[in-house]
Amino acid sequence: MASNRLIINSFAEIKKGVNLKISSKDKSVHWSKPVHKLFQEHDIEQVAIVPDAGHADLIHLCEADKKMSVIRLTSEEQGVSLLGGAWLGGKKGVLLMQSSGVGNCINMLSLSTSCQFPLLILVTMRGDHAEFNPSQVPMGDATETVLAAMGVLVRRADTHEDVVQEVSGALRMTYNTFRPMAVLIGQKVIGAKDFRKLTHTGSE
Amino acid sequence: MKKTLHRRDVVNHILHQRGDLLVVAGLGAPAWDVTAAGDHPLSFPLWGAMGGAAMIGLGLALAQPKRKVLVVTGDGEMLMGLGSLAVIGSHKPRNLSIVVLDNEQYGETGMQDTVTASGVDLAGIAKSAGFTMTMSIKTKSELSLLKNQIYKESKTTSGPLFAQVKVDPEKLPLVLPPREGAYLKNRFRIALLGTQVALA
Repeated sequence: MASNRLIINSFAEIKKGVNLKISSKDKSVHWSKPVHKLFQEHDIEQVAIVPDAGHADLIHLCEADKKMSVIRLTSEEQGVSLLGGAWLGGKKGVLLMQSSGVGNCINMLSLSTSCQFPLLILVTMRGDHAEFNPSQVPMGDATETVLAAMGVLVRRADTHEDVVQEVSGALRMTYNTFRPMAVLIGQKVIGAKDFRKLTHTGSE
Repeated sequence: MKKTLHRRDVVNHILHQRGDLLVVAGLGAPAWDVTAAGDHPLSFPLWGAMGGAAMIGLGLALAQPKRKVLVVTGDGEMLMGLGSLAVIGSHKPRNLSIVVLDNEQYGETGMQDTVTASGVDLAGIAKSAGFTMTMSIKTKSELSLLKNQIYKESKTTSGPLFAQVKVDPEKLPLVLPPREGAYLKNRFRIALLGTQVALA
C-alpha cells in the first residue's frame, strides 16, 4: 500500500526536530518476525485480519506460511466469532486490527467472555502518541477502556521488545486461562502518519 | 393455495438422523428450533453474538475440513452479519452450509418486519458474494433437495451452500437449550475432539 510508506519516526522527530522518512517495513521488522515465530510455536492456524499499516509485515509473513490461513474480514467483530468457531473445532487463531476496529467488536466480545473462548487480538494503535488525524483520537483514546469494560485483559507495548514479550505472554495466558486478551501496539512503535507529507509526495 | 413451510418441520427434517453433522444455531427462534429437534452435544446454540453465527460456522468449517458444518439462523441475525457472506464467499469452504429460516420478522422482539419483508433477497446477496450454491426454498420437495446437499460428502459438493427458507411467521413455545456458554463450548469440544481436550 503506497500510503503506508511514509511514516514519521516519533522519537527521531522529538529528538532532532525533523521528520524522517521510514517505511513501515523498516519500522516493524523488529517485532513482526519474532511474533510470527511465536504464532508458529503456538500452532496458530487462522489469522483473521482487517489490515493496518503497522501489521503489514506480519500479515505478509503469515500469508507466506503454508500452515496459516489468512482470513480477510470485512469488519473486525467477524474475527471474534470466527476464532470462537475455530476453537470449537480445536484450532487456534489470532485477530489483527487497528484500534478503530475495537469499537466494532464490543457486543461480539460477549461471546468470548460468556463462553470463555481463548482469543488474542493484536491492536495497532491510532489516536495515540503523535496522532495527526482528529477522527482517530476518540476511538484510540477509548480503546483500552472499551476492551477492559468487555472483560478483555489488556497489555500495552511501546517498544519492539515489549511487543514480542507481551504477545508471548498473552498467547500463553489466553490459551491456558480461557480469557480474551488484547495487546495494544503503540504509535511509538509503529509510527504516526502525517497526511500533509503524503500530499507533498504525490503518489507516495 | 400455497402451503407455507413451518420452521420446526424444516429443522426437524434437516436434523433427522444428523449423523456427525456439526451445527451452529443463531440466537432466538433458530436456537429453540434446533433444540426442539433434540438437544445434541454437537450443536452450538447461541444466546447472543447477533450477526456472528455464520462466522462461527466459517471458523469451525476451516478447523474441521473433513466434517460437514451447518449454520441454522434467522433472517434478522443474518442481516446483521451480511459482511460475513462476503468473507465466506471469498474463502469458499466446501463443507459449510448456511440455512436461513426467513419469517421476515424479528420474532423475539414483537414480530416487527425485517427488511426481507420488503423483498431483500438474501440468497441473491449470497450468490453475488461468491457462494457457489444458493437456494430459495418454499416447498417440501425443495427442502428435500436442500437436505441432500447439506449432507453430501465435501469432496462431491461445490459448497459453500446458502439457503433462504421462507417459513410461516408463527409464534411457537420456546424450547431452551443449556444457557451456560462455557458448558456448551466444552460439551461440543469434548464430543468432537475427545475428553482429553478438557483435561490438557
